[in-house]
Amino acid sequence: MTDRLLDVENLRVSFDTRTGTIEAVRGISFTLGRERLGIVGESGSGKSMTGRAVLKLIRPPGRVEADRLAFGDTDILHASDREMRALRGRHISMVMQDPKFSLNPVMTVGAQMVEALRVHERISGAKAQARALEMLEEVAIREPERVLRLYPHEVSGGMGQRIMIAMMLLPQPEVLIADEPTSALDVSVQLQVLDIMDKLVRDRGMGLMFISHDLNLVAKFCDRIIIMYAGRIVETCKASELHKAQHPYTLGLLNAVPDLEHPRERLDVLVRDPAWRAAPSVSARQ
Amino acid sequence: MTVSNAIEVRDLTVWFGSGTERSDAVKRATFSVAEGGSFGLVGESGSGKSTILRAIAGLVPTWSGEMTVAGEPLGRKRSPAFYKKVQMVFQDPYGSLHPRQTVDRVLSEAMQLHGLTDIDRRIARLLEDVGLGTGFRFRYPHQLSGGQRQRVAIARALAPEPKILLLDEPTSALDVSVQAEILNLLADLRRERALTYVMVSHDLGVVGHLCERAAVMQQGEIVEVVTVESLRTGAVTQDYTRHLLASAIASAR
Amino acid sequence: MSEQTLRQWLLSDEPTSRRQARLSAWYQGWLAFRSNTLAMLGLLILVFLILCALFAPLLATHDPFTQDLAMRLQPPGESGYLLGSDSLGRDIYSRLLYGARISLYIVLLVAMVAPLLGLVIGTVAGYAGGWLDVVLMRITDIFLAFPRLILALAFVAALGAGIENAVLAISLTAWPPYARIARAETLTYRNAEFIHAIKLQGAGPIRIITRHIWPLCLSSLVIRVTLDMAGIILTAAGLGFLGLGAQPPSPEWGAMISEGRKYILDHWWVATIPGLAIFAISLAFNLLGDGLRDVMDPKGGTQ
Repeated sequence: MTDRLLDVENLRVSFDTRTGTIEAVRGISFTLGRERLGIVGESGSGKSMTGRAVLKLIRPPGRVEADRLAFGDTDILHASDREMRALRGRHISMVMQDPKFSLNPVMTVGAQMVEALRVHERISGAKAQARALEMLEEVAIREPERVLRLYPHEVSGGMGQRIMIAMMLLPQPEVLIADEPTSALDVSVQLQVLDIMDKLVRDRGMGLMFISHDLNLVAKFCDRIIIMYAGRIVETCKASELHKAQHPYTLGLLNAVPDLEHPRERLDVLVRDPAWRAAPSVSARQ
Repeated sequence: MTVSNAIEVRDLTVWFGSGTERSDAVKRATFSVAEGGSFGLVGESGSGKSTILRAIAGLVPTWSGEMTVAGEPLGRKRSPAFYKKVQMVFQDPYGSLHPRQTVDRVLSEAMQLHGLTDIDRRIARLLEDVGLGTGFRFRYPHQLSGGQRQRVAIARALAPEPKILLLDEPTSALDVSVQAEILNLLADLRRERALTYVMVSHDLGVVGHLCERAAVMQQGEIVEVVTVESLRTGAVTQDYTRHLLASAIASAR
Repeated sequence: MSEQTLRQWLLSDEPTSRRQARLSAWYQGWLAFRSNTLAMLGLLILVFLILCALFAPLLATHDPFTQDLAMRLQPPGESGYLLGSDSLGRDIYSRLLYGARISLYIVLLVAMVAPLLGLVIGTVAGYAGGWLDVVLMRITDIFLAFPRLILALAFVAALGAGIENAVLAISLTAWPPYARIARAETLTYRNAEFIHAIKLQGAGPIRIITRHIWPLCLSSLVIRVTLDMAGIILTAAGLGFLGLGAQPPSPEWGAMISEGRKYILDHWWVATIPGLAIFAISLAFNLLGDGLRDVMDPKGGTQ
């Protein structure tokens, strides 16, 4: 792919503790173009740390190391705090799992959206307001004028997450990192939110990093999938070719899900092979 | 009595607040679970499914209607004998264990409260039964993974050797691979101990795997009670059930 | 067992006995505490003061009560008076050592009475809720509404001057903040699932409060008490200064400052040296409290 938005090579995230160093991410490489990239793994696989490391959101004692960690021509690894602030939100945005914790409870939705925009752009309040309204409409919120005046506790979970997506997309970033954006939501709302996110990302030609534990969901909404285990990439494939996946871990994740339509007496349980942990990381660079 | 019902709930209404602030979380719910059966309560968040479970367990005092559990009509208070027959497993394995107590302390206190003797041997066997082994006996919750904690919570619920287990989204906080392990464990335990399950879940796949019948709930009301077989074949009568089925199947593909 | 294996045994993630689990938890706390330099400094000062108090008879160069009017107001270092002598010719250094006993005695008594009172009242109010909560918390509010020293003064005036009464008065004025903290903590845990779970095992309210809620409130109380210690010592010193605490000739630090007040311009050491002692012990407790907060605060804790 020619326009590479993110370029990550040999990324490592580690934490020093009293009993030794814990390596959360152990040398993974991937690129993100104008595509939808899913990162899948269990809790503790390092998938969330990867998303945070890209935005340099790892606080000490955590350490981020890489041979290369770049957004376009910007070297994220050596960027100053100031440069990172300019990058975050404006060029790379992040949607977290629970809108309850990502929205400021004492500010109205409108005030937060306007502020999110004005941090990055010199723009009048009225214009920012108009852009916020437009954006809320795009995430299928009815009566956006009313919603702008609401406080976060007055909106439902699904609506909160849509507001969050709208807010993150307002400064028109090139990359959106979505860390389990829908796992706090009901199934029917989940699909709606994902559809909206998917459409926006595609229409704008953005790059999406979709981090989730749900392999089926990721396969449905992404172009390419990275499967992580114990801080490494064990397999990467096109979403459309997931059924051809080879790695026993990927197969295990697929078969562990109880399926209403195809009942089984017992669910398949992952038998974790220590060799998976030791095996070198597969590169997901393109 | 040939086939008696382990749980009979008739016209159960549960509310929070009083006066003008009163809101009904459950409205006139009626269902029954046969002894040894496994019953699911399905619905989206806020549908009142967990509230029913909490009302049965005696954690919500404001309810009306009739509940008969294990042959005992329930009043406002639950007797110690009730808790020997009915136990509950909670949703959040991180919140349901005391952060400053070891597994040993959690299990031995439960056994002491039920007046059991020979605690040492019982704990060892219980840990073995839930697939943990005695190596976990003296660990604190922060030394356990989510799945291991949920196993401890299940062991605690099994400590008094109950007949009925109330399961409140027991796997929704876990990874799919761990969920599979816990679901298998629950299925095994039910077979070995002839337990009756009432399970709350938002995941139709999980309910379909573990239950035979299920009540579909929406905004505090039971929309319909169906067999899992009819969920599978789509032979359901209510639009809401169809809608739930459609989203569940769409997200699984 | 060699050093290395003992350490491994203590840091094991798979303890094999109750004793090892408990010791290991303590050891991890100690390691976290030890890595906090300032807290260790506080602990060292405190240990030093405790040793001073314990071995006061051995360390003292003079009898703290013997007066020698011929040698009054000697500057530090002169005529064998390490830290000088006061207006009655008593050795300030020796009096300081014996005074440490009094200060630590006050601290210990208050630390045992006030938080316990606050813990019981706060957890009962928080767990029971309803009218009991309202009654207990209004009583707490009434106590909180008075300035602490004034209330202590009133108690001492009613009970009579003396060190035990000063302790009692301080305790009676110190418990309301602890009750507030304990209640707030109880409210956050009251609806926690692990409390529901033990309720479903048939545990009664007394068991739940004492065995499940108390251990959780304890850490924030201990932190708060340590941070309050400085204030308690100052209140005790203040009472001593006003002549309502320890009575002369007892070498209580506050009373010593009070005596030195008259000479502060010409003979600075008489008031300054006990002042420095109060400063040191207050600082030690504050540093210790900060360190304990880092170690014990369940919210900022590990994982």
